[in-house]
Amino acid sequence: MTVVHYLNQFFAGLGAEEAADHEPVRLDGAQGPGKALAAAGLAIDLTVACGDDRFALDENECLATLLSWIEEADADVVVCGPSFGSGRYGYACGVLARELGRSGMPVVAAMTPDSPGVLASEGAAYIVPTTGNVAGMRDAVPIVASLAARLAAGDPVGSSEEEGYLPRGLRVNVLSDELAADRAVGLLLAKLGGEVRTEIAPPTDRVAPPDPLADPTAALVALVTEAGCVPQGNPDRLPTRHANVWLRYPIGDRADLAPEDYLSVHAGFDTTDANEDPDRLVPLDAARALVQAGRIGRVHDEFFTTTGVDTPVAVSRRMGQEIGAELRNAGVDAVILTGT
Amino acid sequence: MGIPTVFITALPTIAQMVGANRIVRGVAITHPTGDPSLAAGDELALRVRILDRAVDMLASDVAPRTVWEIDG
Repeated sequence: MTVVHYLNQFFAGLGAEEAADHEPVRLDGAQGPGKALAAAGLAIDLTVACGDDRFALDENECLATLLSWIEEADADVVVCGPSFGSGRYGYACGVLARELGRSGMPVVAAMTPDSPGVLASEGAAYIVPTTGNVAGMRDAVPIVASLAARLAAGDPVGSSEEEGYLPRGLRVNVLSDELAADRAVGLLLAKLGGEVRTEIAPPTDRVAPPDPLADPTAALVALVTEAGCVPQGNPDRLPTRHANVWLRYPIGDRADLAPEDYLSVHAGFDTTDANEDPDRLVPLDAARALVQAGRIGRVHDEFFTTTGVDTPVAVSRRMGQEIGAELRNAGVDAVILTGT
Repeated sequence: MGIPTVFITALPTIAQMVGANRIVRGVAITHPTGDPSLAAGDELALRVRILDRAVDMLASDVAPRTVWEIDG
């Protein structure tokens, strides 16, 4: 069993902030918190470490180096952290975990539930929740060591509820001794008693509301929709459901979306009313009126579209990030998004 | 950070569930920014009112997952 441990400059003993630019290094055996893991039964074979600032500035380069060392070591499991409340270290742990997870490597990390590393890991790591500072080491170490040892040995690991790691956003099939009807009634009775439980928590993706527009009258506003609005004939064959692509169409010279030029191919609702006037889905005529009235600056000269039917949240998230990046590049200040 | 976005939808509870922050309740699932029962001029006026409300929301500080009605 080969265990690799990832640390930042501080925990690896390379120095504090003055060493935050430290390039990736390999160190034999356990360092710093690795010694506590070893005492808890998880012998560390190799420690890899990197300065927090260096990782943030040269992410791709640092990742490539660290990943190549971990591959060379033929690791069975990788432990990242604990990074506690450290933003930069937590992020580095999360990114490393995500990349390792893509190659199928089991990863155990430990950090505060609100660390940026949790989102960055994209569910690839078993993340043990910790306190904000190193005082939580004693609680975290045995859980991390136990999870990592079992993952390295290929032994089964229980659910997040049983083991105490943060939910990874995965659903795993399990056999229950109780019939679904019995379980459902049990949940209902618990709810009537004031205790809300669920077997399948809805996926959550919480981001803080972006700052409001300081001056709408100067804003470049984009229209985006999941209503499946496309030019007549659907020239780019936007799927009517299960779409995993988004499209964009120029509207710079148009006053509205005329029914002879546009339609909705959305398979999730009756499009009769919408196809009589596609502005009922993509309100271009009203947006033009707001420009005319001086309420907003300009309307972005293309609209973005997809069909939101049976679309997994992960696909929606990716499309949202891709569209967001395009809008950002185009200098768009605000978005009016319509959904059906 | 982030581009302020207002989501116009007739299903604001679902929008809240998935984490949208600025939500304006649309007219109906099949026509969030229109109403086929209105005369054309009235319908455009309604649509402008919805977008005016949406722009107000884009320019406002909001708590996470806030829903505004068209006429509020």
